Amino acid sequence: MNWEEILQCTRVIASYLLPTLKVFGFTLIFSIPLGMIVALLKMHGFKPLRWLLNVYILIMRGTPLMLQIITIYYAIPMMKVSDSGFFQKLFANVDTRSDNYLFTALITAFALNYAAYFAEIFRGGIESIPKGQYEAAAALGMTKIQTFFRVILPQVIKRIVPASSNEIITLVKDTSLASVIAYAEIFRKAREQMVTYSSLIPLFVAGVFYFVMNALLTMLFSAVEKKLNYYR
Amino acid sequence: MAILEVRGLSKSFGGLEVLRDISFNVEKGSVVAIIGPSGSGKSTLLRCINQLERVSGGTVSVCGSELITEYKNGKPVYAPAETLRAIRLNIGLVFQNFNLFPHMSVMRNITEAPMCVLKKSRSEAEKTAMELLKKMGLEQKANAYPCELSGGQQQRVSIARALALNPELLFFDEPTSALDPELTGEILKVIRELAKEKMTMVIVTHEMAFARSVADRVIFMDGGVIIEEGPPEQVFGNTQNERTKQFLQRYDNGTAE
Repeated sequence: MNWEEILQCTRVIASYLLPTLKVFGFTLIFSIPLGMIVALLKMHGFKPLRWLLNVYILIMRGTPLMLQIITIYYAIPMMKVSDSGFFQKLFANVDTRSDNYLFTALITAFALNYAAYFAEIFRGGIESIPKGQYEAAAALGMTKIQTFFRVILPQVIKRIVPASSNEIITLVKDTSLASVIAYAEIFRKAREQMVTYSSLIPLFVAGVFYFVMNALLTMLFSAVEKKLNYYR
Repeated sequence: MAILEVRGLSKSFGGLEVLRDISFNVEKGSVVAIIGPSGSGKSTLLRCINQLERVSGGTVSVCGSELITEYKNGKPVYAPAETLRAIRLNIGLVFQNFNLFPHMSVMRNITEAPMCVLKKSRSEAEKTAMELLKKMGLEQKANAYPCELSGGQQQRVSIARALALNPELLFFDEPTSALDPELTGEILKVIRELAKEKMTMVIVTHEMAFARSVADRVIFMDGGVIIEEGPPEQVFGNTQNERTKQFLQRYDNGTAE
């Protein structure tokens, strides 16, 4: 590849940065709150629910994300084909060929998968807060909700930043798995260019994109850690 | 007038009975010291009254409000949430390990509850907090974080935090046990000053000399029961009880349990 071609290929890949960032952003928006809810329910929910959430976390962490993406994406089309009537009626209004459907399925898979990881991080963080903090808040007449949001959560956030930044950096790279159901993003475009030019350089260019994104995130997280370092 | 009345209080963890038939009164403006060997149930007693533990039997009345309204099938029925909250706000609790909120400045540690529980304005809460900090000799530390303070300073902040809610009654759960002897003195001094101001206090402590000099009444507990209760001169100076004698003797010999 000459420089002209490399520049052209970089432009094409760059134009698919937004779809990559969309997967990244939407996954975080849904998986972080969901992970928090799962963590709290796993700690305080009633027994059968806790058991169910354990199974959910086991499956999400125990099977490949790629498998989960494919399963969720094809679940509805398969049900429509195989079933005589019920699912056909149920999903009659779902256009499984639309971009909208593809993106929804994608984010569902990513969010469910990452929520499982975040839930375990949050649970570890919450459980690491000494009992005395709850007791002090209770003795001061604070409600459970006030205690959680004013006393516990701020301390949990500090403790989970390192583990969460690991997850978030992994997520940047995992967005490439979206290509498996033909979602057009950086990695998929890079592979197309690789075939077009019979060269590994497009993959290298894509690699640089991921690397730069993660370098920025790494700087962001160390700044956050520093900012939270005002107390021990 | 009794601010605190405890009648026949008992507490079991599973099958283990840690408090049995505890009864005592605390009069307004008085200081009660609770002494006894480790594991005798002193802390659990405070925690039961302050609702950090559920009682198994008996009644507790704080400033005329009953904590437990009745017993159904041997299980206590606690008063409505509003009453429980009011009772809680009448009692300040100072912990052995301070339990300050590490992510909040000294000032916010003290103003947090007045603002979010009593809904006081920030300026009002900060004014009270500043007065309390002055009293504790810590007005310079308002913007410091707990991790920047010594143990003694942290404990004084936690006393200020408890006082900020203007409680009728202050509980100390071994307030000096986590401190070295040098820092113990500064906490005892603060408690002495509070006693002079007629703050009603119940103090669980291993500082026998302090208990003797500051308390109006002393309760000696062992094995979950009150062995002896009386004025300090009686308990420390002239006890007729063999178990009390034995316990205090070990202190005199410097081998505290």
